[in-house]
Amino acid sequence: MASRAATLTFEWTMSTLRMKGFPWFPVVILGTLALAAIFADVLAPHSPEVGQLGQRFKPPAWQQGGASQFLLGTDHLGRDVLSRLIFGARVSMVVGLLAVFVAGTIGTFLGILSGYMGKWTDQLIMRVTDTWLAIPALTFAIFLAAILGPSEMNIVIILSAVYWTRYARVIRGEVLSLREREFVRLAIVAGCSKWTIMKRHILPNVLNTAIVIASLQLGVVIVAEAALSFLGVGVPPPKPAWGLMLADGKKGLMAGYWWLTVTPGMCIMLMVLSANLLGDWLRVKLDPQLRQL
Amino acid sequence: MKKFILQRLTYSLISLFLLSLTIFLFVRLTGDPTVLLVEPGASKEDMAMIREQLGLDRSLAVQYASFVKDIVRGDFGKSFYYRTPVLELYLSRLPSSLFLAAAAMVFSLVIGIPSGIIAAVKVGKFWDNFGKVFALLGLSMPQFWVGLLLILFFSVYLGWLPSSGSGTIWHVIMPAFALGWFFAAAHMRITRSSMLEVLGSEYVKLARLKGLPEKRVIVKHALKNALIPVLTLAGINLVLMVNVAVVVETVFAWPGIGRLLYEGIAFRDFPVVQTTVLLSGSMIVVVNLVVDVLYAVIDPRIRLGA
Repeated sequence: MASRAATLTFEWTMSTLRMKGFPWFPVVILGTLALAAIFADVLAPHSPEVGQLGQRFKPPAWQQGGASQFLLGTDHLGRDVLSRLIFGARVSMVVGLLAVFVAGTIGTFLGILSGYMGKWTDQLIMRVTDTWLAIPALTFAIFLAAILGPSEMNIVIILSAVYWTRYARVIRGEVLSLREREFVRLAIVAGCSKWTIMKRHILPNVLNTAIVIASLQLGVVIVAEAALSFLGVGVPPPKPAWGLMLADGKKGLMAGYWWLTVTPGMCIMLMVLSANLLGDWLRVKLDPQLRQL
Repeated sequence: MKKFILQRLTYSLISLFLLSLTIFLFVRLTGDPTVLLVEPGASKEDMAMIREQLGLDRSLAVQYASFVKDIVRGDFGKSFYYRTPVLELYLSRLPSSLFLAAAAMVFSLVIGIPSGIIAAVKVGKFWDNFGKVFALLGLSMPQFWVGLLLILFFSVYLGWLPSSGSGTIWHVIMPAFALGWFFAAAHMRITRSSMLEVLGSEYVKLARLKGLPEKRVIVKHALKNALIPVLTLAGINLVLMVNVAVVVETVFAWPGIGRLLYEGIAFRDFPVVQTTVLLSGSMIVVVNLVVDVLYAVIDPRIRLGA
């Protein structure tokens, strides 16, 4: 018996190690961006916020008129685009991860509460969820941003306040079936309080789902942050955020300064694409029943 | 049936109530609302006057009642910037937004439906996988970036299309594509899954057994039924497009509701921001109600199950 279990574990480890179908592309991209975000101070060749006005609108190094010290060119204030992109990764990562984490915590908590308590608690939470789902997310975020004013911390608050609804919906559904299961009934018989049951018995069972939703939401949140910054209600200048860079890039768009528009967008796309791919992989890996999501 | 409609109607009314309450409370509780509701650069006396007018010294319940009363009467306040009633402003922008949304819808259906059909017919083959990649890219590229790239390519380099504004048919092409691109992926997905379901049904098998050519089976028998859910989603998405076009309208300076919202932020014109959000949420609540009721009319299982 023991040896069979050992064989099973061994096989499992082997198949994990071989990592069949492991999503190398998104992991490498996200890893690179994470490294860039962490070591931005070392990696960036120039200051991301202070430029040299004499070096405005320099094209990338390989184009005519480009300089080798500005690999991806400079913007309307003579700031190095590459350095801003590197520091921008930090903004996107921090805002994205924090917002997804906070939204996930709120949504999971409300979802469990709604599903387990039932009755009017459920009604109240679900009606609020429905209402918040009715307002287009970005419009809602803009509204909140207009009230709170632009700052990095406010963006996290706004995005969490807007994007928790999905967790609440899906997790409530899971909890509805979980609470009828034997182990929950046994816990009730054993005299556990409602809080203990929700924390000890329900939460661990919905955590996988929450992680999958979080990975799929990461891309959505990053795009939303970029859109808010682009509209001028997100990360305030001169901070290097990709959305803000795109807004600045608009100034040189008609003159054909393509690098100011193409490069930040490319970064956003790569990050969102990787997050989506990773999320899809996790979804299948962690919970095959969730394919309908 | 009556009971079902009544129940849905109650839900929608609760949603509208919560919507107005959410907006009301966020404005009141996140700081001093007079800062938001007074024109930028107003004097101390003006602020005091507005405070009096809004009755900010009264209880929240009383304030909320008068807030709702104004809305019901169609009084959404006056725009600081344009100096006209916000509702008038909103309605004057609505046709532009609808026009853009309709054009974007055409784009998204022209791309989405054929690619969805091909993906379903050739499931698991090259075109299906190609479609998946396409959908993934569609969902990963921010709309406003697509818009900027279009401007760069078609206006700056080729000089074929105007980069902003409205007026001619040429103006609508790029914004419609940027907006529709995102929805094309959604329409492709649902066409694919709906087609797959229909292709596995008995009557399609029968049509094949009768010896009909495959093309005829797909176009005449399968597609007709497969399109029902696609068109339902398209109807809902049309309303959504009117309300999510903020970034696209901003990129192309398209004079619609999204642009109005952007101007509201840029000029610190709070009544405009508040009204746009309120109306866009209400619009979606109403559309959801209409869709629910229509579904119940068509499908007895839904109304009896409720």
